[in-house]
Amino acid sequence: MLISAALLLIVALMELLLKINGIKSGKQAGARWVWPVLLAGMVLFFAIRIATDSSGTYIQNLFSGISLGSILILVSLGLAIVYGLAGVINMAHGEFLMIGAYTTYSVQLLFTNVLHVHSNNWFFIAALPLSFVTAGLAGLLLERLIIRHLYARPLESLLATWGVSLILIQTARSLFGDLTAVKLPEMLAGGWQVTPGLVLPYSRLFIIGLTVVVLLAVHYTLTATRLGMQIRAVTQNRSMSACLGINTRRVDAVTFFIGSGLAGLAGCAMTLIGNVVPDMGQTYIVDAFLTVVIGGVGKLLGAITAGLGIGIFSKVLEAFFEAVYGKVLILLLIMIFMQFRPRGIFPDKGRAAAD
Amino acid sequence: MQLKPAKLVNILFILFFAVVLPVGNMLGWVSINSISLWGRYCCFAIAALGIDLIWGYTGIMSMCQAFFFCLGGYCIGMHLLLKATALQGQALPDFMTWNDITVLPAFWQPFHGLVPAVVLALLVPAAVAFIIGYFIFKSRIKGVYMAIITQALALSMYLLFLRNETNLGGTNGLTGFKNLLGFDLYKPHVKLGLYLVTLAMLCLSYWACYKMVHSKFGKVLQAIRDSEARVGFTAYRVLHYKLAAFVMAAMLGGLAGMLYVPQTGIITPGRMDVRASVEMLMWVALGGRGNLKGAVIGALLVNCVYSYFTSVFPQGWLFILGLLYILTVLYFDKGFLGLLEKIGAGIGIKTNPERYATGSK
Repeated sequence: MLISAALLLIVALMELLLKINGIKSGKQAGARWVWPVLLAGMVLFFAIRIATDSSGTYIQNLFSGISLGSILILVSLGLAIVYGLAGVINMAHGEFLMIGAYTTYSVQLLFTNVLHVHSNNWFFIAALPLSFVTAGLAGLLLERLIIRHLYARPLESLLATWGVSLILIQTARSLFGDLTAVKLPEMLAGGWQVTPGLVLPYSRLFIIGLTVVVLLAVHYTLTATRLGMQIRAVTQNRSMSACLGINTRRVDAVTFFIGSGLAGLAGCAMTLIGNVVPDMGQTYIVDAFLTVVIGGVGKLLGAITAGLGIGIFSKVLEAFFEAVYGKVLILLLIMIFMQFRPRGIFPDKGRAAAD
Repeated sequence: MQLKPAKLVNILFILFFAVVLPVGNMLGWVSINSISLWGRYCCFAIAALGIDLIWGYTGIMSMCQAFFFCLGGYCIGMHLLLKATALQGQALPDFMTWNDITVLPAFWQPFHGLVPAVVLALLVPAAVAFIIGYFIFKSRIKGVYMAIITQALALSMYLLFLRNETNLGGTNGLTGFKNLLGFDLYKPHVKLGLYLVTLAMLCLSYWACYKMVHSKFGKVLQAIRDSEARVGFTAYRVLHYKLAAFVMAAMLGGLAGMLYVPQTGIITPGRMDVRASVEMLMWVALGGRGNLKGAVIGALLVNCVYSYFTSVFPQGWLFILGLLYILTVLYFDKGFLGLLEKIGAGIGIKTNPERYATGSK
């Protein structure tokens, strides 16, 4: 454990020194190879660990990291799009995840107790679109009632939506109690036995698959449809888009619907790997925000890289250290990272991006 | 002699808290517990002053004030716990014995004396704030990014303090304090004394903040809030000013925590989670941002309402808090004091508008 910590620290320090040297001598080129080398080193390091590891725990960790990262991507994707578009920080975004999870729970209750469906696969299939729609509608309501008044006032929107999240959590607590759980659908029970020591659960595979599908859908929507073009236009320049006849209020509303819906979908997926509790959103919201910070605002690729990065790093570091130290270390790494790239991995270039 | 309304309010405030409440206690009208409660609220007010300095005046939303509060609290808590264990004739606090620790960890050693503990309670938050602030401000992280980074910091520190390996009591925190400088912490007159000390520190911090805000230094801070780039163009070292404000806010937080712990008798990591920090921001927003009186009044007011509602209607408190957040942000941008001023203007009382400096952020 100590060796790995020292290793990471040395790498970080080395990089810091290199970067400072690069800045001092006025050339950026010195730093350009650092990230690839760092990445390659990490990959090599983990590859050796995996190759020398007979029990498969490291692949298992890597795999859980990827599935955690997938959920982070789903949550932070909506957050990043909404922040890029409206300039508001939605602290209640995590609660849409919670709403999605409770929708899944309610659908399960409905299917087993009212409709008397015997197979418990159908409820999950029904819950996927329903959780998207419910959370999306909740987001739409929030946008219409509160956030509409707070555009481009990010810090104040942060406080107001924090209030919303408190109310939502308390509502969920008084409606559903403190702890509920959704039964795993039969089709997702079990796992894929790769080697005798390594089992990849179907539920986690499903989450990864779902994320890939959603990412493709969002990518398609943003790049190939009229709505996506309008969203990108409003994100870049709100008043100019309005001048060109885009109904910005409609775009805002639709974007909020989609962003919140994605969180709801993530909540539905979450029920496969965890309990449903009123403050489940709170545990993810800080990570999701960090993902947005690293990935840059309104960037699909950034959100993917950062989400996967944080997910894998947390799980892998958790394997080396205790879970908590992993978290602290990640924050440390992020703060070091922010020294070099304060605007995310893939920043906008040019003067307009400067402020 | 003519008194300005602002001065009159100050005098009334001090008169009420320094004279009416203690005298009421001696006459038996006010119980010692409610005195102690007010003492704790005064601690929160000190922390809120720090937030007002960094957020209201400098425009930097720091979401880790509760962490600094707890750093100060833990420093004095360690001292109190060491004294209590020495009194019982034990070498180590109970929780360490449970965790199979045989030697007092090195970082506990300085806390045997009260003076080093008090100094460290101020210096540790300041040093932490200096290091974090230096890196954050140097890489020009601001606005939302600053809020998120400090929030993540608060969260990870909270998780760290929850652990037993940090030797700070884990989830249960530090408790079981007995006496401070030989005074029994549970005696009524000691509680009253602590309350008066806290009140004095509140007045002192208010006075210091007032002087600072109205000095040239304070004007530069407000200029940074309103347009950071322009201040930079005018050859001010923005980094230094922001860092100074951040460190001072952290020290106020540490001071508040230091005064808080002897009065409550316990400090747990629960005091420093993200929610606690956001609540502290809310006191300032509710009272009136960019106005020192607003911070004090906001902290006192919210905590009063909190005590009232949690005893009368415990389920509803979060609803009310949430609604307060939303309503304040949407409708009362200048907080409670801004509202009062609006009402005052409506019925024709003139106040000094210059005091209300509100930024666009």
